[in-house]
Amino acid sequence: MRAYLARRLGLAALTLVGMSVVVFVLLRVAPGNIVDLVFQSAGYVDLAQKQRLAHELLLDRPIAVQYLLWAGQILHGDLGPSYRYGRPAWEIVRPRIPVTIELAILALLVSLAVGLPTGIVSATRQNTGADYALRVFSLAGLSMPAFWLGMVIILVLVRVFGWIPSMLYVSAHTDLRAHLLLFLFPALAAGYRSAALISRMTRSSMLEVLREDYVRTAWAKGLHARTVVSRHALQNALLPIVTVIGTEFTFLIGGLVVTETVFNLPGVAKYLVEAILWRDYPVVQNLVMFIAIVVVVTNLAVDLLYARLDPRVRYG
Amino acid sequence: MSADLRRFAQHNPLGAIGGVIMLLTLVAAVAANAVSTHDPTRTDAAHTFLPPGSSHWLGTDHLGRDIYSRIVHGARISLAVGITCSGLGGVVGGLLGLLTGYGGRRAELIMLPVLDVMQAFPLLVLALVMTAALGPSLVTVIVAISVPLIPRVARVVRAMTLSIRETSYVEAALAMGANSARIVLRHILPNTMAPLIVLATAQLGSAILVEAALSFLGLGVPEPYPSWGRMLSVSAAEFAVRAPWVVIFPGLAISLVVFASNLLGDGLRDFLDPRLRI
Repeated sequence: MRAYLARRLGLAALTLVGMSVVVFVLLRVAPGNIVDLVFQSAGYVDLAQKQRLAHELLLDRPIAVQYLLWAGQILHGDLGPSYRYGRPAWEIVRPRIPVTIELAILALLVSLAVGLPTGIVSATRQNTGADYALRVFSLAGLSMPAFWLGMVIILVLVRVFGWIPSMLYVSAHTDLRAHLLLFLFPALAAGYRSAALISRMTRSSMLEVLREDYVRTAWAKGLHARTVVSRHALQNALLPIVTVIGTEFTFLIGGLVVTETVFNLPGVAKYLVEAILWRDYPVVQNLVMFIAIVVVVTNLAVDLLYARLDPRVRYG
Repeated sequence: MSADLRRFAQHNPLGAIGGVIMLLTLVAAVAANAVSTHDPTRTDAAHTFLPPGSSHWLGTDHLGRDIYSRIVHGARISLAVGITCSGLGGVVGGLLGLLTGYGGRRAELIMLPVLDVMQAFPLLVLALVMTAALGPSLVTVIVAISVPLIPRVARVVRAMTLSIRETSYVEAALAMGANSARIVLRHILPNTMAPLIVLATAQLGSAILVEAALSFLGLGVPEPYPSWGRMLSVSAAEFAVRAPWVVIFPGLAISLVVFASNLLGDGLRDFLDPRLRI
């Protein structure tokens, strides 16, 4: 186990280094350099200021040195300056992190609460009306753009229920009910897609396990249907489902980019979009790296979770 | 060919429906000028926010442009981006998969970490950063969506190649003195085609969705050509309550086409390769 952990950690570190190179190179293939772009959007050019900025962004150093200094910065949790706000980017990002994490967790909960039961029902009632209806429901989830679903939810709330959802952020301390209400609909919009994938994966994984000999034995022993499904089938079908939940988390973060924008939630993903639109490139570079770290850590956690779920998985 | 099609339609009615919807969309996109009722870019200040009716089937937007005609023309962008991206991702990813699967340890050592790294980024985030770096244009959007698709295809094809190269017919070909190129092209490639087609169809939907999201965020194919995602952009959301049709129809168009491509993909999967479950 320890050897496996060490190897897996090493691999994660290597992936992160690779990702940092990709992000670093990507933002340097941009036509013109970052300084030009920052000044382009500012609308005027003062040569001395431009040189100072280039120096600040380390652009006057060799490219390898630039990369190493930047990587060192990131390792120290320094996200660099934001030119739009004229403040350190970390100051802007930090209060936004809880918003994004809360939304991601709520969306994941929604997708589990919807995806697992629908997948199980679909599998145990294969090729019945319920199965077809649930399969269309999950395929629809994979087909709708999350941002459109968000718009339609708002539209229905306003037009049908005559209720205008608040677009102003309320912290959990000031008003818990308003706070949860604020997150409920974005979580639904972002979670539907993941729910659909989890439902499909649960269905196919369950179908496979339900045909195993030991499940037939369990039925033959006269066990209660609920025991067979939950104890014998679901537990063994969980492994591929956990993989999907892990990879889905990566997708979820992508989905949050648009969901936070539609619902005007002040999260990290919305800030990324704003930084891109404002051409605040240093911030974009560092935020993407930050997201990459979150993704790699999540994948690592999912891999380690395997051991707890499936004793057959041996690490070595 | 037609017998195959009939068999497909009989066994996968849903997949066939998906195929028909895709085909109709393709026809509408190609013949957009003939199918549309108005010029999709012509503004008309006197007729803004007209509800759906006989002169404007799906209503008009805040600039008085005909929504139905814009959706028909928007199909061009969505399909062009979707088909090109899943095609590019399929071809490049397929080649890389063959190479890493058959090329032995050295190819693996170089390629696998690269694929790992590329796959670790969320699709939309990588596409966002690429469009941000390259500036918004049709080519940028296609590159930004195709590149993240490559590692996903490469992994599947690599896994297939690894198992096919151990089969007895490859061994037999080797014994008969076939060289690597012949084995890859004659024996391995044809056997990876079915999952490759299935995968490409499945990714068609993702590509269309990512293009819509990019356009929605203002980083897609630039004005004035209509694209479904841009029709739903943040500014459209402001009018949604006053004129719901501005938001509802473009979104329905995206959902319907992606739904159809998913139906087709599921049908093809069951038809061509029942072992592959996504």
